[in-house]
Amino acid sequence: MEIIRSHKKTALEVGSSLSLYRCAPHLEVRLDEFELYAIDRLRVLKGISDGLSRGRKPDEMENVVSELWKANMRHPDPSQMMNKDIISHFVLRLVYCRTEELRKWFLSMETTLFRYRFRFESSESQRLLMNEFQLPYKALNLAEYEGVKDKLFQVSRSMGQYSNVDTTFFKVPFEEVPELVGSRRVFLLKGNAYVAMNQAVSIVVSHFRSNLSKALVLTNRKWTSTIREQEKDRLTPIVEALSSSYLGPDYSLPNEFAAITLKDIDQLANSSFPLCMRHLFYKLREDHHLKHRGRMQLGLFLKGVGLKLDDALAFWRTEFSQKVGNDRFDKEYAYSIRHNYGKEGKRTDYTPYSCQKIISSTASVGDHHGCPYRHFSEESLRAALAQTGVGGRALDDVIDKVKHHHYQLACTMTFEAIHSTPCDTGINHPNQYFTESQKLLAPKVIILADLEIFYSRFVISSFITLFQVLTS
Amino acid sequence: MAMKGDLDGPADMQIDGYVQEPLPPNELIQEFNSDYLKVYYGKLFPYSDIFRWMSYGNDGKHPAHDQSYFCRREFSFTLENDVYLRFQSFKTASEMESAIKEKCPHKIDIGPVYSVDPMKRHSYSQAGNNVFTPVERELIFDIDISEYDDVRYCCSGSDICLDCWPLMAVAIKVIDTALRDDFGFNHILWVYSGRRGVHCWVCDSRARRLSNEQRSSIADYFHIYKGGENSFKKASLTGPVLHPFLARSYTDVLVNSFEKNLLLSQKIFSLPERYQKILDMIPDESIASELQEKWQGDRKSSISEDVRWNQMKNLLQSGKNKTTCRCRVFVGLWKRLCLLIPTQELTWRHVSKHMNHLLKAPFCVHPKTGRVCVPIDPNHCDSFDPTSVPTLTKLLEELNAGSMKSEIEDGMWPESSNFHGRDFRLLGYKVTEYCNYSVCYAFNPI
Repeated sequence: MEIIRSHKKTALEVGSSLSLYRCAPHLEVRLDEFELYAIDRLRVLKGISDGLSRGRKPDEMENVVSELWKANMRHPDPSQMMNKDIISHFVLRLVYCRTEELRKWFLSMETTLFRYRFRFESSESQRLLMNEFQLPYKALNLAEYEGVKDKLFQVSRSMGQYSNVDTTFFKVPFEEVPELVGSRRVFLLKGNAYVAMNQAVSIVVSHFRSNLSKALVLTNRKWTSTIREQEKDRLTPIVEALSSSYLGPDYSLPNEFAAITLKDIDQLANSSFPLCMRHLFYKLREDHHLKHRGRMQLGLFLKGVGLKLDDALAFWRTEFSQKVGNDRFDKEYAYSIRHNYGKEGKRTDYTPYSCQKIISSTASVGDHHGCPYRHFSEESLRAALAQTGVGGRALDDVIDKVKHHHYQLACTMTFEAIHSTPCDTGINHPNQYFTESQKLLAPKVIILADLEIFYSRFVISSFITLFQVLTS
Repeated sequence: MAMKGDLDGPADMQIDGYVQEPLPPNELIQEFNSDYLKVYYGKLFPYSDIFRWMSYGNDGKHPAHDQSYFCRREFSFTLENDVYLRFQSFKTASEMESAIKEKCPHKIDIGPVYSVDPMKRHSYSQAGNNVFTPVERELIFDIDISEYDDVRYCCSGSDICLDCWPLMAVAIKVIDTALRDDFGFNHILWVYSGRRGVHCWVCDSRARRLSNEQRSSIADYFHIYKGGENSFKKASLTGPVLHPFLARSYTDVLVNSFEKNLLLSQKIFSLPERYQKILDMIPDESIASELQEKWQGDRKSSISEDVRWNQMKNLLQSGKNKTTCRCRVFVGLWKRLCLLIPTQELTWRHVSKHMNHLLKAPFCVHPKTGRVCVPIDPNHCDSFDPTSVPTLTKLLEELNAGSMKSEIEDGMWPESSNFHGRDFRLLGYKVTEYCNYSVCYAFNPI
């Protein structure tokens, strides 16, 4: 196999190994490598996803990414490292192009990976990579700089920095640096954002992201129009299995063991709901009302644990009618419940929220949704935990985790304290919490997709050319 | 005498049926009435302006226009009995006009421009692959007064009065300035939502093409107030200095509005349960308890408001905590005290973030209050009075009075006739004035 250099020459010369994945590689890949490389990369992406959902801070993430990369993306033959990177990326494009949900996840994880890898690069190779994106931005000239200097200083002071005022600034359309805009880390004037050199990673990342996003849509089109059919005996089974296997269940379809009915619900809420859902549940019982996002969070969870549509309607009606009356419930609220079950509007069968989504949500006046470990004050959290029977040492341990922003670990420890059993997998999803809890309380066999089967399944050494597949 | 002829025509008789009945004098009938609504849609609703606006120059009069543009726009109607019709679309202004007249919707919502005609979305669904997808949408904000409930005390929920309107005015000023100066947008329409809030439509082509992610970033830029019922920290501001956007909002709008209006109208410092909320936010307990003691002893509420506000300001800015605490404390309190801006988040953040959200069209009539959703001039939003916007009943009275007077005053409204044809001529200055705003700055094809 040859090493691909064609599209990467400049940055390679200064020792950069970061690829922009502009086009699919012209090289042959053995079918087993096709799959193994993809699985290795998936481990990295999955690790990143876990890190993010645990609320890791940027510097912690830097370590996480670096460790993951070293652990999974090494290759005995150093000349193959870069090929492995590129091949695995393109294989996963194929795997993750197929639905909106998959694309979103892949896009977000690859972008995060790219961001940290870009930060590892030397400033010289960063500059070269910026050139490769052909970013048309010129640094501010002196006159322009003088005009806005005070404001730039003000922005960096607002972030608690004092140093970067002397660095180079670029003027870019605000659309290109959404994350800097959203966190007010740039000065904005008439539609332009003034980006400091050390923030340039945002520009590069946003270009990377938008290129990849477009590419995924194109790949998807090729996949559905030709590749899926052409490769139905060779790549298609691998590709289809790869995405569904590794991500774990999405809990959108309650499995048959787990169907629950209205009469069990109070008892289940008490025994097996994670704190976030428990809180919503009891608030609903108390106030006979929940605001929209609280209804979404609890409603989809209940759907996931197996509450049927009719029961769900009855459940919400019982509560809401006490506050707003039956008529208003039917007119204003029933629609959105049917909507959650895919019976209205665009008829999407919505997926229950994961911890990551709940943790990153924001709450406002009158809201009860979100992750209690993240969104409650210490006082409220202690009170809420005490109600579940967690106390003493365990309670302090949980609070300690919260203080270090390990919200899912805090939830896991709560689980362990309540069930008096270690939970090795950790809690990543409220519905997983429920399932695990039910497993302990009423042991039932639940078969989860097992990654390992992939190692033994294909030992075919036919060759394929990704480039041909992707461009056919 | 063309005018006279028109007015004597059948339209005139239509009015007779409803409005000739003597209305109880001086009594504000705000109730919403389907029959009145028919007349409103028949004679007053500005179809051609809405069409012209929604076409953005793709109206057949310009060389490179996109003929399909307007008919890819989703409208949705809420009919009587809450029947909800989504994905309506129209080829022409007159098609829209006759559909609205025929269905007489209680509410009209405007959605995004899709890749294909939303009426025909099902015929594309076979092709799979999201052929039917939103491609353009104004950047919108939906600001709701009830989100301010923990800092306003004059009303709650969906009520609004002249004491809390300044909160809305502050939000309008802060957001409008930032949209223009920071983001560089020019075509911004503010509309009173008819009851408890305002809607903002940013119509620049650049705004219409923003991705969801970019929309979120703008919403986050404005978003200061964080945390739900159980969280302690309400404002999220770090660093010793404010971002220029916040600093400008503070000095240009908030301090003034707070000290001049809200301090007095909301009586934040005179009642213990109100000022306690604020004291709770001061991280330095010695300051908090010092103030508390001082205020508890002083029972005369008449002097309290600005005296207490100044006492607190001075204490926070002076003395022992100078270097470490001062700025941070002040910044942290800032939201609560100055009732900082668009903190209401929830509603508008979601509406703003996604292209495919619907928003009520301007000039609808609010079914509960009967008020017309008229545009608001952001430069004069202080003097806007939500309680005196034209209501359906009032308009019909004017319409009726106008038609009776028309022979005498014929020809006295040349300017408004030019804008809106004969119908608006009858409504006196109020409605025509509101319409002028919209014509001037939003319906400008881009």
